[in-house]
Amino acid sequence: MKRTHFTRLALLLCFILLTAGVYAQSGSISGTVTDDVNSPAPGTILFLKGSSKNAVADSVGHYIIHGISAGSYVLVVRMAGFEAQEKAITVGSENVVLNIQLKTDTKGLSEVVVIGYGTQKKSDLTGSVALVSTKDFNKGPASSPEQLITGKVPGVLITSNGGAPGSGSTIRVRGGASLNATNDPLVVIDGVPVENGNVSGSSNALAMVNPNDIESFSVLKDASATAIYGSRASNGVLIITTKKGRAGDKLKLAFSTNNAVSKVTSFSPVLSAAEFTDVVKAHGTDAQIAMLGTDNTDWQKQIYQSALSTDNNLSISGSWKKLPYRVSIGNLYQDGILKTSNLKRTSGAVNLSPSLFDDHLKINLNLKGAVADNRFADPGAINAAVAFDPTKPVYSGNDNFGGYYEWMQNDALFALATRNPLGMLKLKNDASTVKRSIGNLQFDYKFHFLPDLHANMNLGYDYSKGTGNTNIPAYAALSYYNGKGGSYHHYEQEKQDKLFDFYLNYTKSLKAIKSSINATAGYSYQDFITTTPAFATLDGAGDTTTAAGNYSKSQHTLVSFFGRLNYTFNEKYMLTATLRRDGTSRFAKHWGNFPSVALAWRIKDENFLKNSKVLSDLKLRLGYGVTGQEDIGQDYAAVSRYTYGDAASSYELGDTYYKTLRAAGYDQNIKWEQTATYNIAMDYGFLNNRINGSVDFYYKKTSDLLATVTAPAGTNLTNTLFTNVGSLENRGVEFIVNATPIMTKDFTWNAGFNITYNHNKILSLSKVKSDTAVGFATGGISGGTGNTIQINSTGYAINSFYVYKQIYDKNGKPIEGLYEDRNGDGAITAADKYRYKSPNPTLYLSFNSNFNYKQWTLGFSLRSNIGNYIYNNQASNFGNYKSFQNAAFLANMSSSVLKTNFANPQYWSDYYVENGSFVRMDYLNLAYDFGRIWHQKLGVRVNANVQNVFVITKYSGQDPEVFSGIDDKFYPRPRVYSLGVNLDF
Amino acid sequence: MSRKFIYNTILAGVMIWGLAACTKDLDRTPITEATTASVYTNFSNYKSILAKLYAGLATTGQTGPTGTPDISGIDEGTSNYIRAYFQMQELPTDEVVMGWNDGTIQNFHRMNWTADDNFITAMFARLFYQISQCNEFIRQTSDAKLSSNGISGNDAETARTFRAEARFLRALSYYHAMDMFGNVPFSTDTNEVSYYYPNQITRAQLFTYIESELKALESLLPDAGANEYGRADKACVWLLLSRLYLNAQVYTGTDRYTDAITYSTKVINSGYALASSYANMFKADNNVTSKSEFLLASNFDGTRTQTYGGTTYLVCASIGGTMKPADHGVSSAWAGLRTTSALVKLFPDETGGKDNRAMFYTSGQNLEINDLTVFTDGYAVTKWSNKTSADGAGSSTTFVDTDFPLLRLPEAYLNYAEAVLRGGTGGNAGDALTFVNKVRERAYGNTSGNITSGQLTLQFILDERGREFYWEGYRRTDLIRYGYFTGSSYVWPWKGGVAAGVAVGDYRTLYPIPATELVANPNLKQNTGY
Repeated sequence: MKRTHFTRLALLLCFILLTAGVYAQSGSISGTVTDDVNSPAPGTILFLKGSSKNAVADSVGHYIIHGISAGSYVLVVRMAGFEAQEKAITVGSENVVLNIQLKTDTKGLSEVVVIGYGTQKKSDLTGSVALVSTKDFNKGPASSPEQLITGKVPGVLITSNGGAPGSGSTIRVRGGASLNATNDPLVVIDGVPVENGNVSGSSNALAMVNPNDIESFSVLKDASATAIYGSRASNGVLIITTKKGRAGDKLKLAFSTNNAVSKVTSFSPVLSAAEFTDVVKAHGTDAQIAMLGTDNTDWQKQIYQSALSTDNNLSISGSWKKLPYRVSIGNLYQDGILKTSNLKRTSGAVNLSPSLFDDHLKINLNLKGAVADNRFADPGAINAAVAFDPTKPVYSGNDNFGGYYEWMQNDALFALATRNPLGMLKLKNDASTVKRSIGNLQFDYKFHFLPDLHANMNLGYDYSKGTGNTNIPAYAALSYYNGKGGSYHHYEQEKQDKLFDFYLNYTKSLKAIKSSINATAGYSYQDFITTTPAFATLDGAGDTTTAAGNYSKSQHTLVSFFGRLNYTFNEKYMLTATLRRDGTSRFAKHWGNFPSVALAWRIKDENFLKNSKVLSDLKLRLGYGVTGQEDIGQDYAAVSRYTYGDAASSYELGDTYYKTLRAAGYDQNIKWEQTATYNIAMDYGFLNNRINGSVDFYYKKTSDLLATVTAPAGTNLTNTLFTNVGSLENRGVEFIVNATPIMTKDFTWNAGFNITYNHNKILSLSKVKSDTAVGFATGGISGGTGNTIQINSTGYAINSFYVYKQIYDKNGKPIEGLYEDRNGDGAITAADKYRYKSPNPTLYLSFNSNFNYKQWTLGFSLRSNIGNYIYNNQASNFGNYKSFQNAAFLANMSSSVLKTNFANPQYWSDYYVENGSFVRMDYLNLAYDFGRIWHQKLGVRVNANVQNVFVITKYSGQDPEVFSGIDDKFYPRPRVYSLGVNLDF
Repeated sequence: MSRKFIYNTILAGVMIWGLAACTKDLDRTPITEATTASVYTNFSNYKSILAKLYAGLATTGQTGPTGTPDISGIDEGTSNYIRAYFQMQELPTDEVVMGWNDGTIQNFHRMNWTADDNFITAMFARLFYQISQCNEFIRQTSDAKLSSNGISGNDAETARTFRAEARFLRALSYYHAMDMFGNVPFSTDTNEVSYYYPNQITRAQLFTYIESELKALESLLPDAGANEYGRADKACVWLLLSRLYLNAQVYTGTDRYTDAITYSTKVINSGYALASSYANMFKADNNVTSKSEFLLASNFDGTRTQTYGGTTYLVCASIGGTMKPADHGVSSAWAGLRTTSALVKLFPDETGGKDNRAMFYTSGQNLEINDLTVFTDGYAVTKWSNKTSADGAGSSTTFVDTDFPLLRLPEAYLNYAEAVLRGGTGGNAGDALTFVNKVRERAYGNTSGNITSGQLTLQFILDERGREFYWEGYRRTDLIRYGYFTGSSYVWPWKGGVAAGVAVGDYRTLYPIPATELVANPNLKQNTGY
């Protein structure tokens, strides 16, 4: 595969050399360049397309290009802050005069941004909306859409959930507005709000959309932008728009291929075989020393591999007669660095966008589908590789347990011992097939009798189905029992989502009163059904070990009315007001209202700034709105209901086993969680927007917070009730600047920088005001059963670590079991725990740059989180001598034990809560654009890319970027080296 | 034509809109679940709901073994009633030590628990979960509800028996709550499901309530032995009353030994009889071998009643060190539970050669405990097993079949003897001796272990209860009744967190009301000392 690429590359290079320098020279072009107010524009770059001839305008704007052979040319004019121009010109043997007037580049301001139920010009926006389109996407291979915009938008924190093929990301817009309800933003794909959450068998619902089909992302951040989505908008909205064909375009064929190799970057620090032997000899009993083996196995090297992936995409677009179309097909094959993990995804998309009746009726049909085959690797192998005795071999030399070495006791498998990590991976087949299709048919009709009025109807669906099998053969140690063992389980799930939207849009410019209005009013109906059949678990002999559970089906429906009014006065003062009335079947009181209002003032257009040369844009935005949260993860929380038990939880009365019926806990008064958001922002631009950006201040307060709290004992049919209780706030600042520091004929440097400060705090978490309330434990860890490390308490950040304050000796070594007696009662009890830091970064920032030199482009992106803390669970769990001091087998330890000398696990020592601040280079990309070759018929671009280039951190574990803040069984992010070729026919 | 097409399209759109606008779709009711309104109109559901009330002690949710838990805030397996009850009643005593590092589990044996303890919180939650479930069933099966739901005739009669059983299960859980927590929030079937703050009832008031409930149930439940296996009858009421009265001094400050004798006697004469083999009572087929002795058991099954609590916990957590799980009918060893030398020393020899109730695994285990978290410190106990009486396998190797007896006959014998010795009237010392020796004859296989009237002392009865009921959830209550649980009159290895054992504060005879509960309900006051 690789060899063919090189051959192609060489051919192209030869071709370019042959076509260069065949022209003779004679005539010239000269003239004056002026700007939009007729002042000279010194420094303007002018050059002939496809030639090295060029000139730079002098101090009075004059230029001349000499020595041009007769012929027809295209003169390219470029000046920072102004639109680039191309002028056709024919040169004979004489000088040709061509004067040029530049036009201010409004860079982005005239760009159209997709917002909820409509579009808006960027310059007219009053809310906080970020647009990221194709040209700004992150470079390099992306298997899931959100990877395209990681780090691009301030206020949006995207944390990938690890390095597994197809694994998703956790996306947080301006912190999280909820505690126990979802904190994921609403995702709208081509006008279809899609179901939150994964179908069984899928680790990432978004990954079912091929990133190569995406045209742009709109991120709606503040309430004035999101409130049009009402009850689902508290955590922001991510609008994904896919690529379309364009009217009048000729057939365009685009092919891209990207081939990558992924490598593990670092291992969890554990004792080597030699170190382990020393430790056992020093701390073990004679019996344990006798158990030491002679091998030297690095188990982590055994479970990881260098993995190949290839992503190939083909698209055809154009316009057939009057029918613009785009059809694409993509195929992704990705091996994971943890052995056996794999993803194969085939995706297809069709877009048809005809306009009928003199453009009065625009139809837009989108169909997307994908089939993904996943094989999941058991993450337990990651911890097993840390814990397995390094002095033992990988293979036993006999056929038992698939040939993998396992701990034995009296000739039987040793039940307590660590399982062979490689055996865990190779012998467990956990595979799924997931299908998803999202589509919509949209009609936009401009009334014949009133062209200012549009009617828009959108019919959409989202269907996904996951099926999977988790199979462990009877001989595998994972599920072994003398002659009887093995585990075979099949599962399925189906999700259906239907959408109907209808809205009217009216736009009118009222010149007489210097006003314009744009009003939208509509209706939306959406229905979600989840169906989960149940299957039994069988053992290797085919006998049922756990009977099938109950078939379940669940439905919820949303009915909404919404309206939006944009009013602009004198093109300087803008008002946006929205209102959504949402009804949900999830609550007994169905209806809620979600209003917003925003004002914007284009200060730059005021007389006192109008003529400023330096300042090119200045706009103040103020917004306020209320949004809701109805995604509580269950459809019938307000209904008094009885739940059937499955066959494995039935109960014997007499000689009969009865399936049980349980009265479920419920809260008949459960309702929306409401988030009020305030936003103050300034958009700015300097030097014709050569430098531009914005700064936003926001404050979000969630009241009627949906949280799981203790129900007073005896009052409900559950001990913890999911109910409206308490409140929570997020406050922050976002700043972004984009600039073009250098722009010459051959060299351009574009750079972007953004930084976000976010602080969240739980304001209250109980119905009764209490000063003694400790809070609610969360954040389960490995080590013991049911242990937690985090807590949600009033006055502190979400998921704060709840730990003991470690006391150190004079050499800075932690003293085992010695903690600060914070309440001074002379004993170390749970009351001495304190809340120490949280996994949420207080600052996150990103810096990206693109350097263009002639046809070369070099780009990189640096990203950093600051103030995020992480609990090193691998060290706390495996960093003590108790790890190997089990009765009759040995287990390896985290290298942490050499520093602490801990005999027993000290899970709750703050020693293990480490500063996880980091700087990561997300990618480094080098591309060469051959331009159009072969008679302009073929566009060729090749690129080489490295992802996850480096990480700088003080964290002692493998990777500090773990969203939950608990580093345990974390599938490491690989470093990915890739080569790609894009061809356009 | 074109315009016509457009208008038709729009018309069609508006029509669809009109249809979809049907906001009735917002009134969704569960599809694969029942609602309270529907479930009680069909009598065939009643037994499934009753089964859930009994299963409240055995299962942890509607998906076996885990998946849809009844209570949250704790690992699902740990939330099991029997498992939590065992830990509360046995871990702080001389009978059990625990090797794990799960949360605050070590605090039980060290006796330094606090109101924030998650295991105590889980027990509290489980008790009141069970009480709430019972309240709901009792509420929905009143005569008025039965008739409004169209349940009549024999069905209504059966439903009334179910209702009485639910009241018994509620009384049992309130008894556990009174014994462990003392002063607790109080709600009955007269309170509807809603968000409110129940009042706190004192331990003595709760005693009176339980007593009156049980006495009322004497006439409502089926006769002794007349109900199905696994369901409560009159004998269950009598034995619980006997236990209540035996401990009345602790609960109310007034002794009721005479009443204890009365109700013990009723049980003794109820027709229940000792099972032939002690060891078989804790094996996979004990529902078959020990039916005659079990007044009430919590039933487990390896394939049909799966949980990580209950007897699965008791079997698996007692296996570690060099023990082979397969010898105990399971495939995994959780390496947690062992015992102290104090229990071992209650037996004449540790091999069980004389008293066959001594079931210890000693190979590779140290009798004395140097480190609580090392499994090989302290003898392992093999009393609980998933092997059948014929040494066969249970129905599963992951989950255990063995039922957990909640009420079994020998308690009546030993309650009787103790009440007589403590001065109750209506019984006699001769019968007391006979009853104690009945228990011992089974243990020894013959009369060689029989004692004389001179040997029948209160201390002997406590020791005998240790030998007969160890690892069955009696010990904490017994030690408290004897005044040994706290203070220094009796110490055992690692009592108070010290290897030799030290005194602990008397307030620890009650567990604290969980701190989360105090926050949730402002009507509650913490127990003294916490």
